[in-house]
Amino acid sequence: MSNDFYTLKVNGENHQVLDAWTGESLLWVLRERLGFPGAKNACEEGECGSCSVRIDEEIVCSCLVLAGSAIDQEITTIEGLAPEGELGDVQQAFIEAGAVQCGFCTPGLLVTIDHLLEENQNPDDLTVREAISGNLCRCTGYGRILEAVQIAAASRRGENHE
Amino acid sequence: MPVTVARSLDDALSALEEHPNALILAGGTDVMVEVNKGTRPVEQVISIGRVPELQDWEHEGDWLHLGAAVTYTELMGEELSSLVPALAQAARTVGSPQIRNAGTIGGNLGTSSPAGDTLPALFALNAILTIRSKTTVKEVPIDEFITGVKSNSLNPGELIEKIRVPVLEGPQEFCKIGPRNAMVISVASFTLLTDHQEKQVKSCLGTVGPVPIRPTEAEDFISGEVNWEQNTVRPEVLDNFAALCSSAARPIDDHRGSAAYRRHAIRVLSRRAASRVFSEEIS
Repeated sequence: MSNDFYTLKVNGENHQVLDAWTGESLLWVLRERLGFPGAKNACEEGECGSCSVRIDEEIVCSCLVLAGSAIDQEITTIEGLAPEGELGDVQQAFIEAGAVQCGFCTPGLLVTIDHLLEENQNPDDLTVREAISGNLCRCTGYGRILEAVQIAAASRRGENHE
Repeated sequence: MPVTVARSLDDALSALEEHPNALILAGGTDVMVEVNKGTRPVEQVISIGRVPELQDWEHEGDWLHLGAAVTYTELMGEELSSLVPALAQAARTVGSPQIRNAGTIGGNLGTSSPAGDTLPALFALNAILTIRSKTTVKEVPIDEFITGVKSNSLNPGELIEKIRVPVLEGPQEFCKIGPRNAMVISVASFTLLTDHQEKQVKSCLGTVGPVPIRPTEAEDFISGEVNWEQNTVRPEVLDNFAALCSSAARPIDDHRGSAAYRRHAIRVLSRRAASRVFSEEIS
């Protein structure tokens, strides 16, 4: 199979995956082959959400996606949320709210919350909790994450905040 | 290529004819856990998650036809949750949004786990599976499809095409026990359906036996005791129904719970589900 390759479209650009083993997960290919270390590997069984990425219009655990099956889809990772060197609105809100502690869950949460706010710019507390129920954070207790979501939501609604 | 990403049912069936023992990948939420652990060999893979015919569903008269690649997220949606509420409630308890976006009803059937969340609802509904290969097609009742712990009657070269369930008139309930709300593998679950036309209660126990269990004695008993005009039962009927459901369970002790706990849980869940569906008559 050494001559085989497949192409994944990550953050708008095509990347060839060469000499891959068939069973590689999308998470592994992103991190180890394509140089996108943003999505984190914690549980490798879909429990923690640290590896969350967007495929087309849905958030999934990239550890549970067979990489070779994700051809011809738009894959968006944390690296794709803002241009290189800049911060997206959710990232900025996380900093303002102090929603990052060890940081391991952060990329998955950012991708998930970015997607939530695209669908709903005025999410109530329950909607936010439901949306991030697959993203485990063992540091913050979630309070500041919930706060950051509301800061980002306000900025997406075009409101200034204090 | 070792991975075929099928774009049509015919694509999938042709690939399966060429590689009858290929790994059939739908949402990947069960299979990839094993692949990541190295416990599932991977040679040929046929990905069916993006086959339009399998992603579709159709409501036709008294029947609902669900493509095997319909996701849990879709099952929870407004339209399907009004047609098959218990199935939607069960889908709602699977994993997390990430898992429900990827995982499919056909995958739940293919894995055939005793803890499969949609299986009890499908058993209670007497679901009929359409099993197709390149050259054959057959309909298989769910209780003949699932044959044991993580085993089923699917042959090499075959895949689950769709699942047919009746659209019943009457309330439905699904209850599940686990250590928390999100990301929980069932310790015990209970599904209760009412069929007001046939004046029948249909139910099923989940995770308390090698396969989902229909407590037929309990179903017959409560069906005969319900006041179908008022949608009420006497409280002692609920107690007896719960006792009969509990005695139908065949649980084991494992790392998620003891057999005794599971049997007790079924008693609680079955009474709870029935009391949500029927009002208690005040004596």
